[in-house]
Amino acid sequence: MKVGVLIFPGTWSHQDFAHVLQDVLGCEWGYVWHKDTSVAGYDCLVLPGGFAHGDYLRGGAIARFSPIMEAVVRFAKSGGPVIGSCNGFQILCEAGLLPGALLRNTSLQYRCRWVYVRTESTATPLTRTLAPGQILKIPISHGEGRYFAAPETLAALRANDRIVFRYATPDGRITAEANPNGALDNIAGVCNEGRNVVGLMPHPERAAERLLGSEDGRLLLESLLAAATRP
Amino acid sequence: MREPAKITPDLVAQHGITPDEYQRILAILGREPNFTELGIFSVMWSEHCSYKSSRAHLKTLPTRAPCILQGPGENAGVVDIGDGLAIVFKMESHNHPSFIEPHQGAATGVGGIIRDIFTMGARPIALLDPLRFGPLTDAKSRFLARGVVGGISAYGNAVGVPTVGGELFTHESYAGNPLVNVFCLGIAPKDRIFLARASGEGNPVIYVGAKTGRDGIHGATMASEAFDEGSEERRPTVQVGDPFREKLLIEACLELMAGDAIVAIQDMGAAGLTCSTCEMASRGGTGIEIDLAKVPLRETGMIPYEVMLSESQERMLLVAKRGREPEVMQVFAKWDLDAVIVGRVTGDGLMRVKEGDRVVAEIPARALAEEGPVYHRRMERPAYLAETEWADLAAVPVPEQLDRALLALLASPNIASKLPVWQQYDHLLFCNTVVEPGSDAVVLRVQGTGKGLALAADGNGRYTYLDPYEGGKLAVAEAARNVVCAGAQPLAITNCLNFGNPERPEIMWQFGEAVRGMGDACRAFGTPVTGGNVSLYNETLGTAILPTPIIGMVGLLDDIRQATTQWFKAAGDIVLLLGETRDELGGSEYLKVVHGLETGRPPRLDLTRERAVQAACLAAIRAGLVRSAHDCADGGLAVALAECCVTGPGLPLGARLATDSDHRPDAQLFAESASRIVLSVRPDDAARVERIAGEYRVPCRRLGEVGGDALALHGRGFSFSLPVDAVREAWSTGLWRWLG
Repeated sequence: MKVGVLIFPGTWSHQDFAHVLQDVLGCEWGYVWHKDTSVAGYDCLVLPGGFAHGDYLRGGAIARFSPIMEAVVRFAKSGGPVIGSCNGFQILCEAGLLPGALLRNTSLQYRCRWVYVRTESTATPLTRTLAPGQILKIPISHGEGRYFAAPETLAALRANDRIVFRYATPDGRITAEANPNGALDNIAGVCNEGRNVVGLMPHPERAAERLLGSEDGRLLLESLLAAATRP
Repeated sequence: MREPAKITPDLVAQHGITPDEYQRILAILGREPNFTELGIFSVMWSEHCSYKSSRAHLKTLPTRAPCILQGPGENAGVVDIGDGLAIVFKMESHNHPSFIEPHQGAATGVGGIIRDIFTMGARPIALLDPLRFGPLTDAKSRFLARGVVGGISAYGNAVGVPTVGGELFTHESYAGNPLVNVFCLGIAPKDRIFLARASGEGNPVIYVGAKTGRDGIHGATMASEAFDEGSEERRPTVQVGDPFREKLLIEACLELMAGDAIVAIQDMGAAGLTCSTCEMASRGGTGIEIDLAKVPLRETGMIPYEVMLSESQERMLLVAKRGREPEVMQVFAKWDLDAVIVGRVTGDGLMRVKEGDRVVAEIPARALAEEGPVYHRRMERPAYLAETEWADLAAVPVPEQLDRALLALLASPNIASKLPVWQQYDHLLFCNTVVEPGSDAVVLRVQGTGKGLALAADGNGRYTYLDPYEGGKLAVAEAARNVVCAGAQPLAITNCLNFGNPERPEIMWQFGEAVRGMGDACRAFGTPVTGGNVSLYNETLGTAILPTPIIGMVGLLDDIRQATTQWFKAAGDIVLLLGETRDELGGSEYLKVVHGLETGRPPRLDLTRERAVQAACLAAIRAGLVRSAHDCADGGLAVALAECCVTGPGLPLGARLATDSDHRPDAQLFAESASRIVLSVRPDDAARVERIAGEYRVPCRRLGEVGGDALALHGRGFSFSLPVDAVREAWSTGLWRWLG
């Protein structure tokens, strides 16, 4: 079981993932540089947060052209688990591995804060070991996190249980106040049709230790590791 | 730009060089300088780079302690924190550019201080931003505040260095001259610290990063002048930041510095290529020769003068070991950064600038970097003090509705929640933030150890205006107290000294007195100065800002689990006050907000008492007896207690409390007497904390207990109760309504 953590120029959450994977979860991991062309040897891939290639145009818009992305797409198409958090989610959307787009927050400002999300689907590698409806306390940190999709896409997401997380109040209600960025339908995370590619705006790696205020993010990563372990 | 044919007295004057200074230049060179050389002297001897007015005063500050590995004089200070690790930190100002173009001015301030930290081999892990603006009721000040906060947010978030705190204070005097101070801290293995000292004759000098353009020419000179009506015309001298390229520079430089191919490295900040070249040579006791024909340019037709003075951002200059060029170039290529060998280290002590074969400037490096003019400027006690010191505060009426006064104070932008600002900053990156912004000090864990770092920035311009010596002392004391309240032992400070025009004797007196006060306080607390920055000429149309020394304090927690926050934790806990409230309303936020007065004497600081209060608080925290600890300062006891009730992340908690003194009611509530800390403790632990206070000879008074949904306060001559929801509402919307 080995996790590949991707680094694009401008990525900054890779160290945090590495820290949690190694020091908290004690699993094998390695960095994958964006100029590489192979992800051989990895059982699961993580696209971390940051500003890949500066994101001056639009979050993830340039990163999808990085050489490594062809290998990532192949890995995803063959059913390998791929997780994108924050900028990683944006890149997965730009690369066409996930539907929809992430627009500028309605506040027009960057937001870094703790939010609560409700687990809407447990049929993904990231949420398999969670309880349906489980509330998680995890921070967000982004300026472009407002999930948006065309009506027919949204309908398909709903119909196929592909909305994975929604912003909620601490007691699990889906309200406008609980929505930190204006995301459509309070959507914080979605998965692809094959259910092996999951994108979410929150940062699970920042909520993996009690000292830092929450261990809920660790639950997600543990689920991922369990799912990616080959029988 | 075209090169003038002749150096005239007018041209010399335009460069801000006095006739005396020009005579000095003639003596150093033994000839007349050419235009390029004149420009080089002009920036290096500017106030911003040479500290010519402040140097004599700064020399009096304490800079040594066993934990100090590097004091002032390098790009940043270095402090040993044990476990083989060192912290590297510094604070700088970017005031002038931020007034002219707030977003980019603040953004490039962040970029500059980050480069100062990774230049030393340390990974930058935290930023703090102390800010000062005019009243936010004024549209221009709101524009500046939004622009500055947006610029810090845009640059800091993208570059991937968390902004974990800061402070914000508004006052009329900053309306035409906001202050943007930026603090950065990095961490490095103690034996891997890099210095900016060029050595090894023949070693290659390598330029890396962004291309050089015409942006920022004479930025350092601009920062050494006061503003006038034409200031807004100076937009071209403000640079534009590129956080993405800076991120690449951080990663590439740190990757290189993990090996041993690099001899010295310095960023090109103020005075760009000029400053980095002559300072590295001067510190190393060597010379450097560079060829401008090799410098990557962004624009055509740039003359040597422009290339040498450009302040284009995101550029570094480094000296590598001879023969190791290929591996250096390989790392920069990996990160898609342009790197070029532009020169070499020489043994002749000269900064020699060539363009192809033609020498365009040749100046002894040491003369530029170290032998600039030093002024002992005339100091004179300002006349206004005779009036403020003797102001009759007894004549100030006590308001009938003290509860209203408390709500008004809580809603003052200077006291209200700064959440609208810091929620725009990524303050959680790197998984270190144990105590987030919004408490007395932010606490970061040190990964791989059980330790923590507490960071606080503080400085009260109003106190310093009313008594510069006490203001300097109080700034250090309050920063230390903040760090202590978080459970940390204060270690060392950096500082940013923001003052008016030093050529005015009363400004120079303010400066000298404030530095004297800071020095006395630093000696008392054993927290030396590791470096910092002086920003003078903070004036617009002849009106100076409040003299504003800002202290950046770093403290160490041996056990991160002892990190303490300021808010009450549980009903039934006992509230204690360490220290005592005196009848001191002078210079208070209360006098300003409720009575529109800025007068009197600021609180007196007894350094011995302050030390004892801090030691007692720390001893109680280390004994595991303290549930919350909060510095009692701006707004006085009533504001501190209200903050204990409502500033936590959960639901607010009420309390039934009495004041500790029997002065006039508003002084009981709002006096800002120094050396006070509000603690809350479990009922069973109160006696032990009182005993600890007794051992340190510190007054310790039980004020009451936590509980209920109202803040009920009473004392001699008054009694009131406010619903905690109303208290939280006032505090949380005070700044929000202007910056939300």
